[in-house]
Amino acid sequence: MSETIPNYRIQGATGDWEVVIGLEVHAQITSKSKLFSGAATAFGAEPNSQVSLVDAAMPGMLPVPNRECIRQAVRTGLAIDAQINKWSRFDRKNYFYADLPQGYQISQLFHPIVGEGAIQISLDDKNPDDKTKTIGVERIHVEQDAGKLMHDQHPTMSYVDLNRSGVALMEIVSRPDMRSPAEAGAYLRKLRSILRYVGSCDGNMEEGSMRADVNVSVRKVGDELGTRTETKNVNSVRFVMATIEHEANRQVDVIEAGGKIVQETRLFDPDTGTTRSMRSKEDAHDYRYFPDPDLLPLVLEDDFVEECRASLPELPDAKRRRYETALGLTPYTAGVLTAEVETARWFEALLGETAKAAGKPDADVAKQASNWLVSEFFGALNKLGKGLETSPIQPAGAAELLALIANGTISGTIAKQVLEKMLASGDAAGAIVEREGLRQTSDTGAIDAAVDAVLTANPDKVEQYRGGKEALFGFFVGQTMKAMQGKANPQLINAALKQKLG
Amino acid sequence: MSELTELGVAAIRDGVSTGTFSAVEVAEAFNANVAAAATLNAFIVTTPDKALDAARAVDANRAAGKPLGKLGGVPIGMKDLFATAGVQTTAASHMLEGFIPPYESTVSGKLWAEGAGMLGKLNLDQFAMGSSNETSYFGNVISPWRRSDGGNAALAPGGSSGGSSTAVSARLCPAATGTDTGGSIRQPAAFTGISGIKPTYGRCSRWGIVAFASSLDQAGPMARDVTDCAIMLEAMSGFDPKDSTSLDLPVPAWEAGLNPDMRGKKVGVPVEYRMDGMDADVAASWEQGIAWLRDAGATIVEISLPHTKYALPAYYIIAPAEASSNLARYDGVRYGLRDLPDNAGLQDMYAATRAAGFGAEVKRRILIGTYVLSAGFYDAYYTQAQKVRTLISRDFARAFETVDVILAPTAPTAAFALGEKSADPLAMYLNDVFAVPASLAGLPAMSVPAGLNREGLPLGLQVIGRPFDEQGVLNAGLAIERRAGFTARPEKWW
Repeated sequence: MSETIPNYRIQGATGDWEVVIGLEVHAQITSKSKLFSGAATAFGAEPNSQVSLVDAAMPGMLPVPNRECIRQAVRTGLAIDAQINKWSRFDRKNYFYADLPQGYQISQLFHPIVGEGAIQISLDDKNPDDKTKTIGVERIHVEQDAGKLMHDQHPTMSYVDLNRSGVALMEIVSRPDMRSPAEAGAYLRKLRSILRYVGSCDGNMEEGSMRADVNVSVRKVGDELGTRTETKNVNSVRFVMATIEHEANRQVDVIEAGGKIVQETRLFDPDTGTTRSMRSKEDAHDYRYFPDPDLLPLVLEDDFVEECRASLPELPDAKRRRYETALGLTPYTAGVLTAEVETARWFEALLGETAKAAGKPDADVAKQASNWLVSEFFGALNKLGKGLETSPIQPAGAAELLALIANGTISGTIAKQVLEKMLASGDAAGAIVEREGLRQTSDTGAIDAAVDAVLTANPDKVEQYRGGKEALFGFFVGQTMKAMQGKANPQLINAALKQKLG
Repeated sequence: MSELTELGVAAIRDGVSTGTFSAVEVAEAFNANVAAAATLNAFIVTTPDKALDAARAVDANRAAGKPLGKLGGVPIGMKDLFATAGVQTTAASHMLEGFIPPYESTVSGKLWAEGAGMLGKLNLDQFAMGSSNETSYFGNVISPWRRSDGGNAALAPGGSSGGSSTAVSARLCPAATGTDTGGSIRQPAAFTGISGIKPTYGRCSRWGIVAFASSLDQAGPMARDVTDCAIMLEAMSGFDPKDSTSLDLPVPAWEAGLNPDMRGKKVGVPVEYRMDGMDADVAASWEQGIAWLRDAGATIVEISLPHTKYALPAYYIIAPAEASSNLARYDGVRYGLRDLPDNAGLQDMYAATRAAGFGAEVKRRILIGTYVLSAGFYDAYYTQAQKVRTLISRDFARAFETVDVILAPTAPTAAFALGEKSADPLAMYLNDVFAVPASLAGLPAMSVPAGLNREGLPLGLQVIGRPFDEQGVLNAGLAIERRAGFTARPEKWW
C-alpha cells in the first residue's frame, strides 16, 4: 500500500553518498511555572521579572519537581507510543556559564522519563499514507533551560536575564533514521504537530520554544556510519533542512579532498546558509554528570500514567484517517485539515455549525465545508497575510456563509464577494447579503427577460449554437449572469436557456 | 541574674511560662555572656536585639494569656549555615561575607515560630568542611575547655559546628543549632561535653541551609542535655514541601516520650569499631557506657558492621563530589564576592572570585570532588563509593534486625589542640571515623557526654538508632546521661 521514500544522494566525485541525520529537539514544556520552582514562564516579560530564589540559585535553595511538567512529558511520550519509565532520575550536568546560576543543569542522562518511541512521517502530501517512514525516537528527558545573556546593554559588560532559567524543556532525541533534508523537515513538522495536539509545547520556533540540534554524517551506501557533527540550536524547519544540505555537502567535499571529519559542535548562520565550527571534541566540556542529590528518583504511579493517557486528544494521524473514512474527505484534504491542531479545531467547529444549520449529519456537509475551507478560505486569509489564529471570521460566521450557499440564498460566485466583505468589515454574511442586495434571484420572469435580451443581442452566436457550436452555451450563461449582476440562480438560467435555444 | 545562664532549655521554657522570670531577663543574661566571650570567637555576628525582640514578644504573649510556643523565651545560637532573613549569612566564608539573605531557612523559621530568639550567628568550619573549626574565614573558635595539665593550649571545639559546641558549653546559649554531614554535630558535642543529635536524614528541612553535601546534610540541635535536645528537635523537625528529600511523617512528641528504662532493649556493640591502637580512655569510656546501659536493663549484643572500614573513604568521595557541584553557584555573578580583575573575561572572573572566596580546605574538597566525578574516573570512584554506601546501609539494617540501638564512641580521641592536625588533612579526616557510617546510612545518631579523660577533657558516647527512631536514640542517651552524672564544665578563663 505504501510506497517507499526515494533515495536522496549527494553526487560526489567518487560516487554517491548517503546522508545520516539524527535530531535532538528541545521543546519548551507548556506550563505556568518552571520545572523546579514556582516562577512564571510567560514569554517576553521584563528581564529578571520571573525569577525565584531557586532559579537564581541562592544559597540553600532546593528544587522541587513541578507535577504539570512531568505530566506533559509523559503525555508526549504516550503520544509517540513510547515506553514510559515508571522510575527515572534527575542528574546534574556541571559546567560554568553566566546564564547557568546553579553551575549545573538538572537533566536526565542516565534514566530518562520516556524511552523508545516512534514517529511516522510521510513525504507525499497528496496521499499521506504513501511514502511513509518510521523515525525512531530514542528517548525523551526533561531538563532545565538556561537564562540568557544580553550583550547590548552596556559598553563593557554583559547582562544576564534569568527569566528563562529553570524553564522546563523536553529533549526529544531521534534515532539516526533520517536520510534527507526533506525527511528531517517532515519529522520536525510532524513532531511539532504532535506536540501542539498534545498541548505539551507550543512549537513556536521563532520564540525559541522549540529548537533542534542537528547531527549529520555521510557515508558511502552500505558503509559504516561516518563521523558526525552536531549543529546546535537551529530554530526553524527551513534552517534545519539548510543545515543538513550544507553540512552533508561540506562533509563530502572534505572527505573527497582527502580530509577527515572531526567530531565537533557547529553553528548555523542563517545569513549565509552555512555552518561553522564552534568547538571540537578535544575542548568539549567534561560535564561530570551525577545523580542530583537534592532530588529523589521520580516514581510514576500507574494511575498517573493512565490519567495522562486518558487525557490525550485524538492525534493527527488518527484524525486524518477518521476524516477520510467517516467524513469521506480525500487524503489530501484530510491531511491539510489535520496537520495543525488549530486547523482541525477550526474545521470541526465549522463542520458542527454547518451540520446544525443544515439539519444534516456531519458526513453530509463535510465535503462542502472542507472544500470551502481549503480552496476558498485559506486563500482569502492568505491574501490578507493572516492565518486561522488571527482570522477576523470565526467558525460560526463561516457556517452562516456556507448555509447561505447551501440553501440557495447566494451563488458560489457571490459567496466569494461576501467572504471578502466579511474579512474586510467583520460583518456577518447574512447582513452583508441583505445590505448589498446580493440575494440570489429565482424570479423566473426576470431571468426569462434577461435570457431573451441576451439572445436578441447576439443573433449571430445563437445561429452558431444552433449550428452545433454547443460550447457557446457557457457564453450565454455568463452574459445572462452578468446582466443580472451575478445574482441569478444558475440552475434557472440553464433551464431557461435550454428551453429557449432548444 | 547570671544564674539564669545556668539554666537549660526546659528550665527556661518552664520558668518563663510560670513567670518565675521574664523572657527579657533571660535574653539579657545570655546577651551579656555572649558579649563577654568574644575571646572564644564563637559568634560571627551577635544579634542581641533579635534576642530581646523575641523575648519581649514572648513576655507580651504571656501577659496576654496567649500560647508561648515550645521554646517560648529560650534564646539560642544559630549556626551561620542557616539563612536568616536580614542577618548576614556567611557559611564562615569570605565568599559570602556580607551576604544578607532575603529569606529565612525552614528550620530557623520554625524555631522563631516556637518562641525562640536569636543571640547571633555561630562560627563554623567554612562551608561546614572541617573537624576543628580551623577552616573558618573568620578565625577559629576556641574551645572553653583546657587540659588539666596546667598548660594553656588552645583546644579545638570540634567541627564543623564548633561555634555551637563552644557557645553551649561556655553557657553563651542554652542550645544551638548544628548541622551534621559526617559528624559535624556529634564530634563537637563530644569535644565540649554537651549533647547533640543528628536526626534521620529528611527529618529537618534542608531548605535555606547552605548546602555542603546534599545527600548527607542534616540539621539537628546541640544542648546541655538529652531532654533539651528532644525539645529543640521537636521544634526543628517536620515535613517541608520545599525540600524534596524531606520526610513526610508526623513529628513524634519526643520530650513526652523520654524514658531511660532500657529493659527489654538490645544494644549492639560493633566489633569493627574496636580499632587497633584505640585511645585507652576512649576504650574505657565505651566499656563504661556498655555497663551503664546494662545497668539500665538493656541486653548487650556484639554485632558486626563489616564494611565499616570503607565508610571514611566512601564519605570522602561522595561528600566532596556533591560539594564540588553544590558550590559551583558561588561564581561572582549574582551575589557574594566578585573579584573582577582589570580586563577580565568571564573565566577570569570565575577564577579570581573562587580563588579569593574559598579557603584551602574548601578548595581541596572541590578539587577532590571534581576529580572523582570526571570522565574516566567516575565509575572507579563515585560509583564504587555509592555501592559502598549501600553496603554500609545494609550492614546497619541487618544489625537492627537484632538490636534496637548501637553504642559506640563518638570520636577516636578527645579534643586536640588547635594547629595539631591542621597540616595533615588525613589525620583530621580520621577524627570522623565513628561518625561517618551513620551519616552515610542516614540514621539518627547522638552524642552524649560520658566523662572526662585523664587530661580532664570530655569524651562522648554515640548512640545510633533505626531510621525514624529518634526516640530510641534519645532514650538510650538519657539512660547514659542519668548514670554518667556528667557535671564537669570548663572553668571560665575568657
